[in-house]
Amino acid sequence: MTDFGYTLWIPLLPLISFILLGLFNRFFKEPGAGYIGMLSLGISWLLSIYTAWQYFFVWGPAEGKYEPVIPFKMHWITFGENLSIDMGILIDPISVMMIVVVTTVSFLVHIYSRGYMHGDEGFARFYAYLSLFSFSMLSLVLSVNLFQIYIFWELVGVSSFLLIGYYFVKPSAIAAAKKAFIVTRFADFFFLVGILMIGYYAGTLDIETLNNLSFIEKIITENQGIVFMGLSVLTWALILIFIGGAGKSAMFPLHIWLPDAMEGPTPVSALIHAATMVVAGVFLVARLFPLYYHVGDGFALRVVGVVGAFSALFAAVIALTQEDIKRVLAYSTMSQIGYMMMALGVSGFEGHEGLGYMAGMFHLFTHAMFKALLFLAAGVIIHAVHSNLMKDMGGLHKYLPVTSWTFLIAALAISGIPPLAGFYSKDEILHAAFEYSTVMWFVGFFVAGLTAFYMFRLYFRIFHNKKTEYAHPPKEDSKFMTAPLIILAVLTFFVGWVFTPFSQYVTPTREVFHYEIHWTSPLVWGSILIGLAGIGAAYFFYFKPTEYPQKVASAFGAGYKWAKNKFYMDELYMFVTKRIIFDKISRPAAWFDRNIVDGFMDSIGNTTVWISEKIKLIQSGRMQEYAIYFVYGVVILILIFYYYNY
Amino acid sequence: MIEGVSIQMILTFTTLLFFIGLYGFVTRTNLIGMLMSVELMLNSEAINFVAINMYLFPGKLEGGMFSLFILALAAAETALALAIILQVYKRTGSVDVKEVKELKY
Repeated sequence: MTDFGYTLWIPLLPLISFILLGLFNRFFKEPGAGYIGMLSLGISWLLSIYTAWQYFFVWGPAEGKYEPVIPFKMHWITFGENLSIDMGILIDPISVMMIVVVTTVSFLVHIYSRGYMHGDEGFARFYAYLSLFSFSMLSLVLSVNLFQIYIFWELVGVSSFLLIGYYFVKPSAIAAAKKAFIVTRFADFFFLVGILMIGYYAGTLDIETLNNLSFIEKIITENQGIVFMGLSVLTWALILIFIGGAGKSAMFPLHIWLPDAMEGPTPVSALIHAATMVVAGVFLVARLFPLYYHVGDGFALRVVGVVGAFSALFAAVIALTQEDIKRVLAYSTMSQIGYMMMALGVSGFEGHEGLGYMAGMFHLFTHAMFKALLFLAAGVIIHAVHSNLMKDMGGLHKYLPVTSWTFLIAALAISGIPPLAGFYSKDEILHAAFEYSTVMWFVGFFVAGLTAFYMFRLYFRIFHNKKTEYAHPPKEDSKFMTAPLIILAVLTFFVGWVFTPFSQYVTPTREVFHYEIHWTSPLVWGSILIGLAGIGAAYFFYFKPTEYPQKVASAFGAGYKWAKNKFYMDELYMFVTKRIIFDKISRPAAWFDRNIVDGFMDSIGNTTVWISEKIKLIQSGRMQEYAIYFVYGVVILILIFYYYNY
Repeated sequence: MIEGVSIQMILTFTTLLFFIGLYGFVTRTNLIGMLMSVELMLNSEAINFVAINMYLFPGKLEGGMFSLFILALAAAETALALAIILQVYKRTGSVDVKEVKELKY
């Protein structure tokens, strides 16, 4: 039995760094603050790797099953026999995988920011926020209690808000930060309601208890009578929780904040809006997977799968048309998260049927690596070119060789070309989807092709295509920025085949099963070929400046315009909020509040003042009048008593 | 128990005394006069205590005790009132209650 008590330090170190940098902001000058952040995250990262090694390899599965460990847990608020809010640390396969992902990306982003934020006034503040985020995210993934998840869920939301609005003198950044916060907060409201429903109807918020199969059976039978609109109350609770997850993970239709969140500094986009925070929704569904699978015959899980598949397709289509490189990456992130959600949605539970779950988690893992790499590379490009738009780029390959090569590796990985990381996870997702339904598989397959196309559209237009003349020749001027790229590229290169089969580590039941890729299967060939087809098409269109993109765009006409404007989702939201909610609901409500409610309360106050103006004259200051009143009073009292007694 | 004096007589006497005091208190404008009227009312009550004790509960002492209390209270109250009246006099140059009407709304 290994003691995992030291895991408490994994979230605590970033917290200490946050407190230090946050409180003593002024005392830390530029490099110092960065090194404090790097040091704390570096130690956390080492501890996470050690934990993973201990948990998966030294401790290992007992009789083919990983046992969860709770090295630390305290009751914070107790409501009933089982219902309490606990704070603690739960070590199980997915939380261990998540801490490895979070600390790895966070550590590399800390290093990278040393170069990227060089010379920025708020250097220490930036590192303080990064540490706050790392602390919240690590605590979130290690949670023992649903409410603990919720608390840290809000904290990551806050740190995301702070970091998107980091350039707080830029109006667009402020607007984006507010948008992100309000949209995710709106979704979190449903999450909270879902948690409260679980707490009320299941009687506990403890994750281990909730995922216990006999307990699930018990609460299903207890609550089967309570039905609303044909779905049981527990199904509703799970759907509400998923809405919270969809808000954080930018699933359709709550995705509108993610592209705007790109206003934040690029390392933030890499850390929060690509690799870690946005997959919190996937993590949440995975965390409660036994509930999702069993309650209501998996209806909530089917909702997850359909929303995921739709978001994957929707975002991929938008990504084809965007001009801003960070926005392309943002939509690509949304699309890939949709993939993970779809993988969870198509997953079974026992044994080999848990392939989808395993693939979704694996994709989360690999995606974090290559998407962080793509964003960090985009950061180098933006740093060098001082523009986000693809039209200002082109022919950068000879100026930024390291970025170009690492970007190419990440782009190949996301396109699903073996032996890079993305191939393994994506192939397993497609496999699971195929076993579930052909439609799901086809959506995934089609999205894989689109992904390859838009990633290579990006790659060719940035690094090849036309020869742009630059006023200052762009260069990679900081080792702090290129080193993380190389590390992530190496990781992207090998995590795929090293961790295949991932079912050795992460499965729905925590029981390992064996899985191998059938290299001869048409499914595998299909997914490789569609990736290559996408790349080929992108090469044909974009390697050299050609007329084809315009021609195709005009051939699609309205459809292209529609997609380019993000299917007018922002406009739709504006219409709903401004025209309907503000005009039709808020304004009348405000009028009612100001005139009826306030008017009533004001009139009470005014009447009191008016009456007191009139009756204060009794207090004349003439003492003998008081005596007379007193005597009258006594006389009246005597008469009353006399009357009632006789 | 006093021969030839009934309790009704005593009570009539004290009632008269009380209302004389009340009348004085309401009509006099001189503060000293008002103080004296208050004393009249207090004393009528003290007599009531003693008389009722004597006629209804002979052999007990509570009524007497109360009248003693009233005496002590009256003395203290008089001292206080006289002090206030002195201050009023210093301030206004008279002891007329009509001069003292700043204490109002």
